[in-house]
Amino acid sequence: MKSNMDKDTVVIEMRDIVKKFGNFVANDHINLTVHKGEVHAILGENGAGKSTLMNVLYGMFRPTSGQIFINGKEVTIENPEKAISLGIGMVHQHFMLVQPFTVTENIVLGAEPMKGITVDLKTAREKILELSEKYSLKVDPDAKIEDISVGMQQRVEILKVLYRGADILILDEPTASLTPQEIDELMVIIENLTAAGKSIILITHKLKEIKASSNYCTIIRRGKYINTVKVSDVSEDDLAAMMVGRHVAFSVEKKEQEPGDTVLEVKDLHAVDYRGAEILKGLNLSVRAGEIVGLAGIDGNGQSQLVEILTGLSKATSGEVLLHGENLVNKTPKEMFDKGISSIPEDRQKHGLVMDFSVSENLVLQNFAKEPFAKSGILNKKAIHDHATQLIGDFDIRPVGCEDRLGKELSGGNQQKVIIAREVTNDKDLLIAFNPTRGLDVGAIEFVHKYLVAQRNKGRAILLVSFELDEIMGLSDRIEVIFDGRINGSMKGSEADEYKLGLMMAGGKAE
Amino acid sequence: MKKKLLDGSFLYVIISIVIGFIIGALLLLVIGVNPGVAYAKLFSGVFSKPKFITYSIVYAAPLIFTGLSVAFSFRTGIFNIGAEGQYVVGSLAAAVIGILIPMPKGIHAIVCILAAAAAGALWGFLVGLMKVKKGINEVLSYIMLNWIAFYLSNFVVNIKAIHTDQGAEATKNIQETASIKMPSAMAKLTGCTDVHWGIVLAVLAAILMWFIMTKTTFGYQLRAVGFSRTAAEYAGISSNKIFLTSMSISGVLAGLGGAVQLLGMSERIPQFASQEQYGFQGITVALIGSTNPLGCIASGLFYGAMKYGGNKLTVVNVPTEVVNIIMGTIIIFIAISPVFKEILQKAVAKKEGGKD
Repeated sequence: MKSNMDKDTVVIEMRDIVKKFGNFVANDHINLTVHKGEVHAILGENGAGKSTLMNVLYGMFRPTSGQIFINGKEVTIENPEKAISLGIGMVHQHFMLVQPFTVTENIVLGAEPMKGITVDLKTAREKILELSEKYSLKVDPDAKIEDISVGMQQRVEILKVLYRGADILILDEPTASLTPQEIDELMVIIENLTAAGKSIILITHKLKEIKASSNYCTIIRRGKYINTVKVSDVSEDDLAAMMVGRHVAFSVEKKEQEPGDTVLEVKDLHAVDYRGAEILKGLNLSVRAGEIVGLAGIDGNGQSQLVEILTGLSKATSGEVLLHGENLVNKTPKEMFDKGISSIPEDRQKHGLVMDFSVSENLVLQNFAKEPFAKSGILNKKAIHDHATQLIGDFDIRPVGCEDRLGKELSGGNQQKVIIAREVTNDKDLLIAFNPTRGLDVGAIEFVHKYLVAQRNKGRAILLVSFELDEIMGLSDRIEVIFDGRINGSMKGSEADEYKLGLMMAGGKAE
Repeated sequence: MKKKLLDGSFLYVIISIVIGFIIGALLLLVIGVNPGVAYAKLFSGVFSKPKFITYSIVYAAPLIFTGLSVAFSFRTGIFNIGAEGQYVVGSLAAAVIGILIPMPKGIHAIVCILAAAAAGALWGFLVGLMKVKKGINEVLSYIMLNWIAFYLSNFVVNIKAIHTDQGAEATKNIQETASIKMPSAMAKLTGCTDVHWGIVLAVLAAILMWFIMTKTTFGYQLRAVGFSRTAAEYAGISSNKIFLTSMSISGVLAGLGGAVQLLGMSERIPQFASQEQYGFQGITVALIGSTNPLGCIASGLFYGAMKYGGNKLTVVNVPTEVVNIIMGTIIIFIAISPVFKEILQKAVAKKEGGKD
């Protein structure tokens, strides 16, 4: 709801917030004013200081200087408990859920309703169902977290916050892992929440979402406050320019090109998930040299299993994976790689990088045993370091000179650059990119897309698996839609149509 | 430099050691002992004569080995609480060959050491096999194998051909040819009759482990699996293979600890009434040494000195257990050292921030 009669009540005011880490100034005199019932977006690139500002508000960090007012009263927020008691709730980008616990157990964790000395999960369950009904947050209260989709995990996080009675919700990159449909659902949820008088702070770098949902937007760039604008008064281009400090190209230029021989052919692939339920039900797919095939689909229709099988991490029950005609199904990850499949994994922190390895070490994760990086089992540190220096320069990985920095010390966008630098220079015939721009800012997305297209132009076969429909439509030469473990339809990238794709993703047939 | 000190682990180990001694002192006060007297004795018991220093070093040899064993497996993400059992089977294998099979001098010792390494490797490998094939938690199987080693040793000690006929509850002494004692000139020079080659082997082993860990492709894989099993597998490293190898190597190291102690010092195995503790003390050594192989040399020497010096506390009517209390306290504080780290880093950051 963009109009609300409480619009003038200020619920949060952060004044002149400064936060330093040693000599590094993460927040440099930032101001933020949020009104009741409004959606206030905070826009900035990775590392701009958005999360730091929100962590200050949520009591995770103490500001070096500055004041915070909640409902007009100056407060000191020492810790998250204090923030919660002030009605502030935060939904983190990386979920903080206990995997083997159920949805209900996770939501009540730390605020368990007691019945005598036992936890009253029954009452809690009812209250959760009630909340989930009220704000249309669909969850299964009895499912274990490890068994549910990323989208549902996020809804659990939102419920967790609502369960604690939050009036101000901070959503940190909430759409980073959602499908278009789930994003639409989230927009409805946000509308319901603001209609009920809740205020929402949306940390994001997706301009489209800001346009669709927010009333105001505060832009931060490299720790500095840039501006606060009324969203209806500005265009997406204006927002992007303010965020990055320069003009950004949204679409990648791509020349028409006739694809070459078939590189990958997947034939009648079947696989089961961890419960033994069939998740791939006879999937057929092919990718030719010099083309990008986009696999569109809603999360949970078999994409993860397909990629895992193609990279050797899990096994198919039947079917064939032909690379240049050679069947590689159920080989080990190393064999798959050696035969010519490289990939940008979906979860860069879990699969893509060893977070405690240096950037140099991460850049040779598959090739550490090959010359010049090693000879007769002894590592050549200098060669590994020089290789890193080369790639850090070529791929603009920051900070400059980060060869010996640990993977976990880089920002998300730069972590992704490390992976892309490694996989692209691996020079394999097939490159699989699974949600390659998840959680990245506009500048980094532009970079990733440019590289994928460059790889295609060089004659590689690229399989792009993404939940971002814009990404699929912008990059693919051919789009295949996966639904329920099978390909449900395909179209040429140049003829892509969001509406038709959405229909096929939902299981319908496009005419 | 300052940042390196604050971010590394050395500073916090030193802080923990200091706190360990302070808490030890407080406890001594509680039981009515002047800590000054006790610590003076501990200190003089280690440093006042070359003989004492040599003994402290001799005591350190098996501890460096078990410390290396624990530290090595830690790097792959495995907690080798089974070093105790691996130590025992290593010692046992060396004893059996040292007693029963006559061989020329020198070669005999080498064969004993190799047998100990093989026995330790087997003990570690079994646990690894159960882990990768059946998913059995290694901590459980390590502890169970510790007890199997314990009773196996007691069983072997009582076999007629091995048991001593001198009336003690122990094996025969190993044959002279299997001994790794240093030449008697060395014993004369230092005044320590037990001086043996174990410490040299321990230091060589530590350097070798450090080399493997940091300079080889195998060490690279080991660390990759230790830090992130998922990312390592994604990159084509077989974590199961790495687990099996590293757990076997870890067993070799503990087994060698048992061998050098037997061949150099005790020369026979007694009937055990309780566990020997060398393996568990290896956990302490590994932690104080920050699971760095070279750090294990220093921490092994420290523990060796504490053990040897601690023996002398009874002279001034101080219970030897004080040493255990100090070591235990040190470990607790090393375990919570991330807290100090954060406090110190914040304090320094604040001080520097104030300068701006």
